[in-house]
Amino acid sequence: METIELSYPAKRKIPSRAHIGVVGSGDLEVLIEPAEGKSAQVRIRTSVEGFEATWRAVLDRFFSGYDGLASIQINDAGAAPGVVSLRLAQAVEASEQ
Amino acid sequence: MNTPAHAADFLRRQSFIELNARERANVLVDAGTARELLGPFDRIESPWLAAQGITPQADDGCVVIKGKIAGQAAVVTALEGAFQGGSIGEVSGAKMTAALDLAAQDCERGVPTSAVILLETGGVRLQEGNLGLAAIAELMNAVLVLRRRAPVVCLTAGTVGCFGGMALVAGLASYVVMTREGRLGMNGPEVIQEENGVEEFDASDRSLIWAIHGGEQRQALGLVDALVEDDVSQIAEAVRASILKGVPSTHRSSEIDLYRRRIQALDASRQWDPRELRTSWNDQPHTEEKQ
Repeated sequence: METIELSYPAKRKIPSRAHIGVVGSGDLEVLIEPAEGKSAQVRIRTSVEGFEATWRAVLDRFFSGYDGLASIQINDAGAAPGVVSLRLAQAVEASEQ
Repeated sequence: MNTPAHAADFLRRQSFIELNARERANVLVDAGTARELLGPFDRIESPWLAAQGITPQADDGCVVIKGKIAGQAAVVTALEGAFQGGSIGEVSGAKMTAALDLAAQDCERGVPTSAVILLETGGVRLQEGNLGLAAIAELMNAVLVLRRRAPVVCLTAGTVGCFGGMALVAGLASYVVMTREGRLGMNGPEVIQEENGVEEFDASDRSLIWAIHGGEQRQALGLVDALVEDDVSQIAEAVRASILKGVPSTHRSSEIDLYRRRIQALDASRQWDPRELRTSWNDQPHTEEKQ
């Protein structure tokens, strides 16, 4: 298992927390919560080691279109990058309601 | 088979099997009454998995929803079959046991509270060894305490099924609800093949597996109280109906004489066909004990 921590500048308060997904094979769970301070924090735990550059690329792209001041925890069981992006989008949708 | 009427019925169904554990637990309680206890944001996760290189899940694969069913207080606990095969670890086991203990306490205080246990599980989580075994023992004890005061309904919808120690928990339930897709048994197909060889049980033979462990066979042997289609409203109705029946006069697990007679009468020197058992074991437990 590998833990990856990333942070992105963010200002906009998000309305609520949300939980999406299951730590099942090829899937992941996302916990997104309102955060304090000046940056969004992402903490990833993944069962597949050696893909930090890929995670960084997926999250960089996600935060190029997202400005929420959020604390995001990802528990991953080997999801493909496309699945990660979809789960993040689902979590954002749920947290904006 | 595929007459237009059947097709329309099929299209109206909403699959229960396709829901995850949290969604399953939520659809079983009366609308607007669900309240999750120790949810993912409480982060009560397994302390043992990360040390073994396995990503934990924030709720340890066990969802506890307090609410009402048919207007009566109830607690629903659901195991997430997609996370570590729905296995029981220290934390997931403790969550289920605590939920049942609290239901029993509520019963004592004059608020009858029934329990629904959604079992999609291979049994003990091997990574947590004895802690998982202890958790199952505690859970069985909690079921025995609660079932005297309020119904405990076990539901195995599929597709993981219910195996290992958790099948013993299902055996203690007041009522068992299954679908045809669900499976129930102490030893799963792969365990039997591993222990006794492929001649004893071919774990790749899906029709054999369902002929023995499947919901239809289990109901035919009197081990299941309601066999339902994979449909949210049918399953929710079967759970409601079970709870409204109240505490049964005799629990299946108390019918020791019946099951001892069945096993003693069985000629183990030859291979039995699962369908044969349906006719030779047609002495249904709940009617038999009422003499």
